[in-house]
Amino acid sequence: MIETYINESTLPFPFCPGCGHTGILKALDTALVRLQIDPHDLVIVTDIGCQGLSDKFFDTNAFHGLHGRSVTYASGIKLANPDLHVITLIGDGGCGIGGHHLINAARRNIGVTVLVFNNLNFGMTGGEHSVTTPPDAITVTTRRGNLEQPLDICGTVAVNGAGFAARTTVFDKSLPDLIADAIRFDGFALVDIWELCTAYFAPTNQFKKQSIEDTLDQLGFPTGVIRERTDRPEYSRAYRAASADQVGQPTLAPHPIDPAYSSDLATRQSWVIAGAAGQRIGSAAVLLCQGAILSGLWATQHNDYPVTVKTGHSVADVILSPDPVLHLGISDPDVMVVLFPEGLAKERARIARLRPGATVYITADLLDQHPVETAARLVPLDLGATGQQKSYWALIALAAILRATGAYPVEAFRAAMEQSPYAEKNLAALDAADNRTIRVE
Amino acid sequence: MKEFTNGAEAIARAALDSGCTFFAGYPITPATPILLHMVEELPKVGGVAIQGEDEIASIGFCVGAAMTGARAMTATSGPGISLYSETIGLAIIGEVPLVIVDVQRLGPSTGGATTVAQGDTQFLRWGTGGGYPVIVLAPTNVPDCYNLTRRAFDLAERYRTPVFLATDKETVASSVTVPLNAYENFPVRERTLAPADNGTFTPYRYHPADSVPPMAHLGGPHMVRFTGSSHDERGYLSKNPRDVGALNAHLAAKIDAHADEIALVESDLQDGAETLVISYGLTARSAREAVRQVRATGTRVSMLTVYTLWPVPETAIRAALTGIRRVIVPELNLGQYRREIERVIGEQTEKITVTGVHRVDGELITPDEIIEALA
Ligand SMILES: Cc1ncc(C[n+]2csc(CCOP(=O)(O)OP(=O)(O)O)c2C)c(N)n1
Ligand code: SF4
Ligand SMILES: [Mg+2]
Repeated sequence: MIETYINESTLPFPFCPGCGHTGILKALDTALVRLQIDPHDLVIVTDIGCQGLSDKFFDTNAFHGLHGRSVTYASGIKLANPDLHVITLIGDGGCGIGGHHLINAARRNIGVTVLVFNNLNFGMTGGEHSVTTPPDAITVTTRRGNLEQPLDICGTVAVNGAGFAARTTVFDKSLPDLIADAIRFDGFALVDIWELCTAYFAPTNQFKKQSIEDTLDQLGFPTGVIRERTDRPEYSRAYRAASADQVGQPTLAPHPIDPAYSSDLATRQSWVIAGAAGQRIGSAAVLLCQGAILSGLWATQHNDYPVTVKTGHSVADVILSPDPVLHLGISDPDVMVVLFPEGLAKERARIARLRPGATVYITADLLDQHPVETAARLVPLDLGATGQQKSYWALIALAAILRATGAYPVEAFRAAMEQSPYAEKNLAALDAADNRTIRVE
Repeated sequence: MKEFTNGAEAIARAALDSGCTFFAGYPITPATPILLHMVEELPKVGGVAIQGEDEIASIGFCVGAAMTGARAMTATSGPGISLYSETIGLAIIGEVPLVIVDVQRLGPSTGGATTVAQGDTQFLRWGTGGGYPVIVLAPTNVPDCYNLTRRAFDLAERYRTPVFLATDKETVASSVTVPLNAYENFPVRERTLAPADNGTFTPYRYHPADSVPPMAHLGGPHMVRFTGSSHDERGYLSKNPRDVGALNAHLAAKIDAHADEIALVESDLQDGAETLVISYGLTARSAREAVRQVRATGTRVSMLTVYTLWPVPETAIRAALTGIRRVIVPELNLGQYRREIERVIGEQTEKITVTGVHRVDGELITPDEIIEALA
């Protein structure tokens, strides 16, 4: 039987005479004594502010972090070890700067107990107003009266998924019961405890016990348990339940490629495949690279597309090399494959800069409709004549170009396709394409 | 045997192979693929990977989880590092083992989300108030992403500190050919824990100053005090100058006094060379290509690749400077690491000129640009 969780040798509490923080800590101790939680399984996470001094007085695990972020550490602790009881002590100031974490912890219904030391101002920094300062109240930063609407902390977490939300005052005799209920609750639980800062807010505003009750009335903020729901699972356990069938599955591992072909490629070649979103440019380029590696080459691939991925261009820069590739950039492509208007629009400038020795393979229709200026050799591809859907054009074009250039054996490209997710459809399209209709010299 | 893969996958695999059990991150180009891999993979090893409501929450989750015994990692880009800033300081003072991946993109601000850069070189070192040291590793390519992520976890445990992986959009997102034997394998470092039977546990006891206190986990056999405030060895807030001075001297010494042990460089020096190229991150690849081409013409040139950006591997840099008259430092910023090289050179007596090769237009530095500087 633990008679107190407070380490007597650390007393007295350092708070100003009459400060509400003292009462809350005593109520917390009473609640803990009632629950008899093994202090090894208990973590008290404190925020910043006068209430942030509290962890020192408890013979439990203690975690004291940054202003407004206590709920994030508490959540991380609970996520990593769901067996722990995690209690966060936070001020109204912390609930302001870290309100986002409060809302999201509530939305997750993560099993953290939050006790709000709500003294309507920043005590530690000298009585500035906080998100809960009542209307018209005077503070050092609201000298002509507070113009802001106070945040309903309790109501905010309640409407955003908190399993348990209660509001009361430090003067409430049943505060220890409420705290015990919150700690016992399996899910996110918050108790918004209104109290007095006897150094600043109370004297400046002649605020007393009765003023707290009057203000709650005026604001229409109810007290007591305002939300208790058990229909939502506690997050850290829900996460484990949802991923239980994953445990033990094989993790990400290399996909080794064993060279089974060979290539006579003597120097590094840069290929650019320029097309449109949704036309499987990137995946065709992957197969081009995998075929190259199957042929003993070294390949690199870089994709470029707009952030709005389903529209506009899709361009893959590929390097094929007999030696390891150091520098990744392609300033001077050897081969450009231009398939759709979006690809041409994106690459027109690079095409214009090409050397005479380079080759541009371009869809015949595209070339007819959009004249291209370049010193490179232009080779039209009559992909329309293959009768295949446009999403196969990149594969069909690459196979034809590999045959024409002999960069590496087209069989290696096919072998790469055989191992790919859509092997059957890809190969069927390639076989069906009448390669003779593609005019590749 | 080779594979076709990218840096994001290499980092995720290295994290798993390092015993990572916790990941939290907030989506941001170009770091998102790491988040996606971890969300997919960690449940398989009984771990947890979660998208936080923002970067502050994500790194906060990691710090909390690490103190329960998890090996934690997070990944973001420059804008996210800005939001991590305050918590990086918390991890330093609280002595939290944590791996932070920065997939750099062009700044400032939102900058170029899909554009490559090395603009966070100094930011990572000085990115939180107080000025205390951290460890920053910079991979030059995909196998380095694996090997240095493994090392980042190792160093985080060894020194109980946040360790950064300073990588970039290009290395993480581009797919490349990697021979499987380029991946290093070494045993995962066990976390040094306080013995369970050792009566009372003093969470921050270190003697001498550069030693690292053993940890105890929240929920373990000892009661633990963790704090982001200046504290005595018991973890109690202290303003006693003796406690505070000792703590801060310790936080500096445990990294700085071990700089040589932490240092990782690749010295590719040529006898009689008067020019030295010092590079890091993906720019080192262009530098290696440039050096290869210049040497092929019969010119002697030395090259030093720096993998540990911080602490600066000063001993290795000084060793590489022997006989050197000219140093070229190519980097994708306006000369952030050149400052460090100049600082180290400033201690030398002989006259050495230092020239930077810079780009901040989102394009890579080409080997030709470095060759031009070498001419
Ligand atoms: C990021 C950051 N901003 C500002 C501060 C300064 N600060 C310390 S305590 C505090 C307000 C605390 O008010 P509250 O949470 O209500 O706690 P109380 O002192 O009233 O118990 C502030 C703003 C800080 N520590 N960190
Ligand atoms: S300043 Fe206010 S909150 Fe802080 S201890 Fe004094 S009365 Fe309490
Ligand atoms: Mg307050």
